[in-house]
Amino acid sequence: MATTVTEPGLKRVERLERIWVEPRGVLGWLTTTDHKRIGLLYFFTTLAFFGAGGIEALLIRTQLAEPNAKVLSPETYDQLMTMHGVTMIFLFVIPMSLGAFGNYLIPLMIGARDMAFPRMNALSYWLFLASGLFMYASVFLHAAPNAGWFDYVPLALKQYDPGRNIDFYALGLIFNGISSTAAAINFIVTIFKLRAPGMSMNRMPLFCFAMLAVSLSLIFALPSLTIDLVYLELQRNLGFHFFDVAHGGDPLLWQHLFWLFGHPEVYIIILPAFGIATSIIPTFSKRKMIAFPLVALAELLVAFIGFGVWAHHMFATGLPTITLVFFAAASMMVVIPSAIQIFAWTVTVALGRPEFRTPLLFIGGFILLFVIGGLSGIMFAAIPFDQATTDTYFVVAHFHFIIFGAAVFPILGGFYYWFPKITGRLYHEGLGKLSFWLTFLGTALTFFPMHILGLIGMPRRVYTYPSSLGWGPYNLSETVGAFILTAGLLVIFGNLVWSRFRGPPAGPDPWHGGTLEWATTSPPPPYNFPVIPVVTSAYPNWDRDDRRADAGRLERGELVLDEGHETPASTVVDAVPDEVVEMPGESPWPLAVALCTALLFVMLLTRHYAVAGIFAAMTLLAVAAWHSQEPQEQ
Amino acid sequence: MAAVPLTLPVGAWAGDNQNALHPASKQEHSISVLWWVMLVGCSIGFGVIVILLFLGWVRRNRDYLPFGGRDRAGTAIVIGLGVFVPIVILSLLFVWSDLYVIKTTEAPAANSTPMSVKVIGHDWWWEIRYPGTRAVTANEIHIPVRTRVDMLGTSADVIHSFWVPALNRKADLIPGRVNRLLLDANRPGEYRGQCAEFCGQQHAHMAMYVFADPPNVFRRWLANEARPARKPATPQAREGERLFLNLPCSGCHMIRGTSADGTIGPDLTHLATRTTLAALTLPNKPPDLTHWIEDPQRYKPGSKMPGFSLTSSQRDALVAYLDGLK
Repeated sequence: MATTVTEPGLKRVERLERIWVEPRGVLGWLTTTDHKRIGLLYFFTTLAFFGAGGIEALLIRTQLAEPNAKVLSPETYDQLMTMHGVTMIFLFVIPMSLGAFGNYLIPLMIGARDMAFPRMNALSYWLFLASGLFMYASVFLHAAPNAGWFDYVPLALKQYDPGRNIDFYALGLIFNGISSTAAAINFIVTIFKLRAPGMSMNRMPLFCFAMLAVSLSLIFALPSLTIDLVYLELQRNLGFHFFDVAHGGDPLLWQHLFWLFGHPEVYIIILPAFGIATSIIPTFSKRKMIAFPLVALAELLVAFIGFGVWAHHMFATGLPTITLVFFAAASMMVVIPSAIQIFAWTVTVALGRPEFRTPLLFIGGFILLFVIGGLSGIMFAAIPFDQATTDTYFVVAHFHFIIFGAAVFPILGGFYYWFPKITGRLYHEGLGKLSFWLTFLGTALTFFPMHILGLIGMPRRVYTYPSSLGWGPYNLSETVGAFILTAGLLVIFGNLVWSRFRGPPAGPDPWHGGTLEWATTSPPPPYNFPVIPVVTSAYPNWDRDDRRADAGRLERGELVLDEGHETPASTVVDAVPDEVVEMPGESPWPLAVALCTALLFVMLLTRHYAVAGIFAAMTLLAVAAWHSQEPQEQ
Repeated sequence: MAAVPLTLPVGAWAGDNQNALHPASKQEHSISVLWWVMLVGCSIGFGVIVILLFLGWVRRNRDYLPFGGRDRAGTAIVIGLGVFVPIVILSLLFVWSDLYVIKTTEAPAANSTPMSVKVIGHDWWWEIRYPGTRAVTANEIHIPVRTRVDMLGTSADVIHSFWVPALNRKADLIPGRVNRLLLDANRPGEYRGQCAEFCGQQHAHMAMYVFADPPNVFRRWLANEARPARKPATPQAREGERLFLNLPCSGCHMIRGTSADGTIGPDLTHLATRTTLAALTLPNKPPDLTHWIEDPQRYKPGSKMPGFSLTSSQRDALVAYLDGLK
């Protein structure tokens, strides 16, 4: 658009540039409140954690490649398998899909200039980074969490796990939860209040529906985990008895509270991926999503029903049969919104004129893997079968099809899809397709044989196994698969790094996408849009007349908001503009607050409670200092 | 991928039976039928999705469905296949598995079985008791074949899970609770099981056998297990007994009929009747027993049993004694 503007429009753009510019260099990154920069910080950080989690996975697979291997000691194995789970869930998938994709894309998709709370957004990132480093410090002390990612008690109690391992886990996840909560609140307010004029709920991109569902889930699910972790810390370090049978506690309390968080968590992991799928499919199929309102509803419904199924993780704990039956029924209900979405995606592709470029290939792979993982998931609602296969490799197969197949494949497709938007360059299509096939075949070979292993008796979380059970060949093929998968991932990153510097220019809209991020330049300017777009449909970038009207408004100075650091707010349902919000600029305080909080957690870990009190006070002081710099009315 | 399930029998027939698809009981049979039926249903469901995606690819230059349908037909497919078909299929599955099959695999009504066996999970072995008798053993459960046996499971420390795939579903062993499970083998045999809930460093070496014996064999075995230990028969074995009682062994292990009354490790009163050591980590043969006594941490790092430095004659005496505990 910038190419078509005339003199008065150009002046306004220059004014916006001046208002929204951020300091250059390292200082700029440390104090940034630009959602795109924060999104990129999330991206690179989570990518580093993905690398760590991946190395852990490869070590695990190497140990399990043959019976009675001695590559890893049992203790090291337990630490690695626990950290692999914790890393992939809390430090990779969720922060990648929410922190990186959500941050970068939501304001662009809804036609806003930033998130509703830009400094809180920065705070979420710094807290996330600090919590990740906090947990990874344990790895270097060879005291990493070692009781599995769901950390069942009594195994995780001091009596059986006397080191600092579990304290790293409990405090690290409480810490991480603060970051996620702040991010979720920010997303909800942004999606509700900052949508462009005319983007009523029914015209909101499905990606944003998914992010809204995820954020709501997080807010309701996280307290349950936090409470559980606080109980655990109180019992471990201050002599409380929440889980202690001898004193009237109950180890199952941990499991209920954990899974009351843990199952919604599964949908928190995959819903953003659904959002990415519903972005990529219409673009490359060159048509709108079929059954759009039904898909939007399904996304919200999945998140809602997800709160009613937690006990299906506990079918072997001896709950009364009537309880089992209730939770099995709820678990079956959750299939329906997922089925709606699967058929909506495939029918949209069938009805469109799909162009099978790399991002759509990844979505095709995603659909196949998600269907396999979903179907094996339905099997767990058959209680006797669940009770036979729970805690075996059958479950490991199931949730890797869901977490790697259904959640990570769209993320990988999303890397390719939005790469031109973020870098302004195109990736290499041939390498992209190669990377897809390597990743897809590697994934199938790694995780499919696990179903068989579970059925023929292999429990999960064993560091080795005897040769007499016939598990060797399946395990070996999984290990080979894991290395093929790794090769595929390396080709992806090689492709993107090479293309970042050598790729041909992409232009603002290489795919003819329907959502608003494609209406601005690549990469987008700090203020996102020179003029706030006015929306009349769910695929506003396909409404050529509307976008031409935007250019006209720039000339006339309507909805440009070049008087200050501003973005418009609108009503929740109909998106009628109701005020102009003054946005804060860059600030060092989010980083300072995160730093004080990190030190607070270090002191809690080392049990210097008095010093911890000092850092708690300093955290509050930093928050006060932050608010002494409210944006000025102009 | 389609080729992979065909190779299933290779794994299934090798060595020990720890296979949920080789049922040796009515309970596990019903679970495996459930599995095969669900596998067929799921394969059909997967096939439908593959066909739809394939259609999307083959007809990538046509923006309508094979019979000319467009958006209206597309929405109808989404609602039909995404809402109605799942409701019907899931309801059928729910009624069959969760109301009907579950009756077979449920815990038996209390005191409805001719006998029961008590299983107590420990880090990392299984204590086995036969209520109503003095018999105590470890890691190798004997049950009479074609007899309903009520397994009463609990734990002495962390959560373990009792799972013998060829016989039934699993039941978690949780401190402070007793979970029950029906064992009812329909043919004699040796069924391997393994702890299924992560329980710490040696979770991988917490296995067990269930031997389903003909009733008379079982009765003889149980009567023997209930007796106190045999007196050592040779001078070497007598020296072994003396060593056992004077070394730290007796602090952790019980040998009924002697002063050894430890309860931390397995009861060794009839150790020689067992086929394996350390929850199936090693076979119970004199050379393996020797290795185990000398350096348990080599075979089961983290196990509570420490290694002892013994002279070779002490070691041989100890093994001779233990090997005589029939």
